[in-house]
Amino acid sequence: MTEHYDIAVIGAGPAGGNAALEAARSGLRVVLLDEQLAPGGQVWRAKSASIVAAPATPEGRAGDALRSALGASEATLRASTRVWDIRRQTGAWTLQILRDNTSLEITARTLILATGAREYVQPVPGWTTPGVIGLAGATALFKQSLSLPGNRTVVSGTGPLVFYVASEIRRLGGTVAAVVTPNSRADWARAVPSMLDQPKLLAQGAVWLADLMLARVPILWGHAVSDVLGADHITGVKTRNLRNSLAGPEFAADSLCLGHGLVPNIEAAQMLGVPIRHDASLGGWVPEAEPDGATNIEGLYLCGDGCGIRGAVAAGLQGTLTGARVARDLGKSTPAPSLRQWQRAARFGQAMTALSRPRPEVQALTTQDTIVCRCESLRRDDITAEITTGAASANAVKSGLRAGMGPCGGKYCQTAIAGLIAAQTGKAIADVPPPTPRPPLRPLPIGQAVGDFDYDDLPIPKPAPL
Amino acid sequence: MIRLVPNQAGQIRRSERVTFTFDGMPVEGHSGESLVSALLRAGHLSLRHAPNDNAPRGAFCCMGLCQECAVVIHGQIVEACRTDVTAGLVVDRA
Repeated sequence: MTEHYDIAVIGAGPAGGNAALEAARSGLRVVLLDEQLAPGGQVWRAKSASIVAAPATPEGRAGDALRSALGASEATLRASTRVWDIRRQTGAWTLQILRDNTSLEITARTLILATGAREYVQPVPGWTTPGVIGLAGATALFKQSLSLPGNRTVVSGTGPLVFYVASEIRRLGGTVAAVVTPNSRADWARAVPSMLDQPKLLAQGAVWLADLMLARVPILWGHAVSDVLGADHITGVKTRNLRNSLAGPEFAADSLCLGHGLVPNIEAAQMLGVPIRHDASLGGWVPEAEPDGATNIEGLYLCGDGCGIRGAVAAGLQGTLTGARVARDLGKSTPAPSLRQWQRAARFGQAMTALSRPRPEVQALTTQDTIVCRCESLRRDDITAEITTGAASANAVKSGLRAGMGPCGGKYCQTAIAGLIAAQTGKAIADVPPPTPRPPLRPLPIGQAVGDFDYDDLPIPKPAPL
Repeated sequence: MIRLVPNQAGQIRRSERVTFTFDGMPVEGHSGESLVSALLRAGHLSLRHAPNDNAPRGAFCCMGLCQECAVVIHGQIVEACRTDVTAGLVVDRA
């Protein structure tokens, strides 16, 4: 089955949601695709049907506002769908989609990618132990199910997320064993001037921190989790002081939330030929796009964290900018919104992103026998041995070891592998691009890739005469 | 003790409790919650074993990317983090 639209938007977070709203307002036929059950993205993830009633939160209100605006708009929403291939054919985009185990094809004149971000987790010994989840992963549990990762949780990582997660655990009735952050108080002091533009968010952060201090939760600044203890499930963590590399305190815990910043999801843009560049202040590799989403590819636009980690507020504003630009490019008279608000929001977002810039003492947490590629259980030693034999690019390591060919498609190993290649070959990290992305963009049952023909439809040539 | 972040657990109303099975064991969850959420609460942290070294693995990214929470439902491999709990659901190890 094929559906036709003027515009297809992939990703229904703040960026994609607002892009779809703005474009639909101008009368264009818009389809909004998202792999989650409801729009909102990760940051405004919707509550599941299991929540009958719960106290309101700022993220919940923002998400509900987006969801009700989309409900009232003319844009067609296709939630729980996965786009696994995108091709440009005869001046239009053809999207292959998986939905409820059935295949769907969508064509659109214009494509907006709002693919958002994923989490970077620096591999540490034991990080594959059950009970260790991502920091951003923990927020998915909170927002969707209002549930906890465990009864006693160590929360560790960079940027503001670590304090948000610790605070949410306390709000939902859990116990925070410790907060362990590689950031120092001085890192935060440097970030504060850029936060003054968003006084509400700054004040919110101050409340989280003060609450943890009042509750006497240990907060270890300039520290990292260096080892996860336990075999079948986590039983505790060891920590390390990053200033002097000495062992810090150990904590017993039945769960660990661990994360070291967000990484833009660029595979779809990269696959379609958008040039990419490395910019640590935006979370790593980013595709080249104008503030209003335009790219060097005709009919292709990008917005939100997928083209640089600037945060939810900036993503929403950029979505509107992009929706308006697309409408204009398709012949509508939609006025261009001002860039000022987006620039201000982006400044705040980038100050937060800067707190998660990679640092050597965090990268050094990955010991020789730490698993780097979770899917294939490849250790740092396996990767460095491959680099020693001449694999000087992410593609070469992938071809040689399958690092990036497992079920996750390299989403949780490539940042660490690029760091290892750079360190060992002396290349700048900007000279170690991610591997060439190829479809499927998401794992899919092979029956879906095959399509909807019957065995009897296979053309069988006549046997050659004897 | 003064709490600046109040404990709101008591103000959350959840859907009815239902029973499903994981690897043949009965597990209680709330109808419509994510399977990962229900399995974590019940203490089922290890969901599968990594194919190459057989090490235990559990939910990790919780957003449908890492595939660590892959389980089998109706003969299909699905991500537990993108699956809702329903009464009588039969969940097997991948």
